[in-house]
Amino acid sequence: MSVQFSETSMQEFKRLVAAYPEGKQKSAVIPVLHLAQKEFGGWLDVPVMDYVASLLNILPIEVYEVATFYSMYNLKPVGRYMFEVCQTGPCMLNGSDDIIKYIFEKLGIRPGETTNDGMFSLKAVECLGACGYAPMMQMGKNYREHLTKEKIDSIINECRENAVRQN
Amino acid sequence: MGRKLLLDKAHIENIRLYDVYRREGGYRSVEKALKSMSPDQVTEEVKKSGLRGRGGAGFPTGMKWSFLAKPEGVPRYLVVNADESEPGTFKDRYLMEFIPHLLIEGMITSSYALGSSRSYIYIRGEYAWIVDILEQAIAEAKNNGWLGKNILGSGFDCEIYVHPGAGAYICGEETALLESLEGKRGNPRIKPPFPAVKGLWDCPTVVNNVETIAAVVPIVNEGGEEYAKIGIGKSTGTKLISSCGNIKKPGVYEIDMTISVEEFIYSDEYCGGIPKGKRLKACIPGGSSVPILPANLLLKTAKGETRMMTYESLADGGFATGSMMGSGGFIVLDETQCVVRHTYTLARFYRHESCGQCSPCREGTGWMEKILLNIENGKGKMTDVDLLWDIQRKIEGNTICPLGDAAAWPVAAAIRHFRDEFEWHILNPEECLRRNYGLANYGSVPAKV
Repeated sequence: MSVQFSETSMQEFKRLVAAYPEGKQKSAVIPVLHLAQKEFGGWLDVPVMDYVASLLNILPIEVYEVATFYSMYNLKPVGRYMFEVCQTGPCMLNGSDDIIKYIFEKLGIRPGETTNDGMFSLKAVECLGACGYAPMMQMGKNYREHLTKEKIDSIINECRENAVRQN
Repeated sequence: MGRKLLLDKAHIENIRLYDVYRREGGYRSVEKALKSMSPDQVTEEVKKSGLRGRGGAGFPTGMKWSFLAKPEGVPRYLVVNADESEPGTFKDRYLMEFIPHLLIEGMITSSYALGSSRSYIYIRGEYAWIVDILEQAIAEAKNNGWLGKNILGSGFDCEIYVHPGAGAYICGEETALLESLEGKRGNPRIKPPFPAVKGLWDCPTVVNNVETIAAVVPIVNEGGEEYAKIGIGKSTGTKLISSCGNIKKPGVYEIDMTISVEEFIYSDEYCGGIPKGKRLKACIPGGSSVPILPANLLLKTAKGETRMMTYESLADGGFATGSMMGSGGFIVLDETQCVVRHTYTLARFYRHESCGQCSPCREGTGWMEKILLNIENGKGKMTDVDLLWDIQRKIEGNTICPLGDAAAWPVAAAIRHFRDEFEWHILNPEECLRRNYGLANYGSVPAKV
């Protein structure tokens, strides 16, 4: 498989790198990895990381060490929709344990697992800065807050409907 | 009704847009600073204001600015710390999401004071939609001549860039943040050298919290002395408090630092009290790192004085009977909550977020998490409580950065004030799985509905 950014992503790549002084393009590794993860299926395979290294003109190890440090990068395949449910103190006080349990009842997946059809992944994460709107989870770029069982039901339906529409 | 300086206009429709923000008096501080003040005069006003860093440490901002080295021919940088990740804290998010131009305005004025022509906002990666909001605000500011070359004909150039993180609490520590901004793992640096001398790309750098930089706007507009008139003692100005947990109205509140903790929790203007008529058990007043206090010590100091929402009053009594203002992340626990379980989730958080450089933190946070989980699950031993105490003592003060302390303090305070609840878990292994300990001896505070 040859890894290559699309035309649009290449434009975005250039914009990201331009935020740093000349010779400091290594700084762009974090935003560029976000871009790569979005473009190449929601996770960072080694060839993808090598590609990012070549674009930024840095060593592959400089990309690996970053990709393995930060929790938003997925180093193995994930489902099409990822539910990242916060489980830290303030969310726990407001019932995040019940939300994680309910997702297990509905989809049969525990934190770290993906449904067999590759549709949903569940990740239990630490504080996302939405403590006043707990319980909550991140889904893609956005937060889903004040979660209830009913809300989980409707989010799951919404994902399934979107998937059908996009296929 | 207290004074509001940051969020007074946050409710105005479309204040997120430049035209509305400008119409409401936005960008006046840039005009004032660039047209009628020298950079040093701006710094002087910030010093006079008594503004203290709003990220958690509370260090005087003007003093931090005056430490900035200014060698000839070397660029200087302002980096705004928007890596808000301390559990209980979501104030910067609110400010950036609803009134982003306030941050951009504060950054331009502050960049002028510090001589930074290239300033960065380091924002936590999870706030992905706020990156778009900030970039739009920056583009609008630029289109209207507030950014770019020779701003307002002053000869001052400035650009602002947004740099997202990718999920790491540790990057809220300023040297880890700089490492991350340089495209590396977020491993904190040994200080000295301090960022003011050797920061981003080895250049002199000031790192300030979002709220701190936003506060520069009213300080420059109204003057540092006016700002310092608000509040009590060394707690000047207003502070954003993000409140959460078991309260009726969680959210972000701007307080002038003259109200009591009791008023903040029970008044309808703020948290509105505890839902369902339950009683207050405990509270972490300044983000998960600061000591938890039982209700009786929260509302009154050990001396019996009313505890106020100020840096000094919250810290009154030291760690023995007090806590800290910290980041303003106000977490309230009602009488049904389990302190052991809550402390366990925080210990798990710090284990997850330890960067792994220093062994006391890397190993110690994991041990604390395991022991707390055992106790919570009814598998604890009486010696575990002392063991936990011993571990946290050995982490505190023995690490490069304050994450070690931040991990140790919540465990220490939970044992200090709620030891009986830990012991109850150990003595009643089956019962602790069925129900929570409740209020026991420390809940002398009646419910207020």
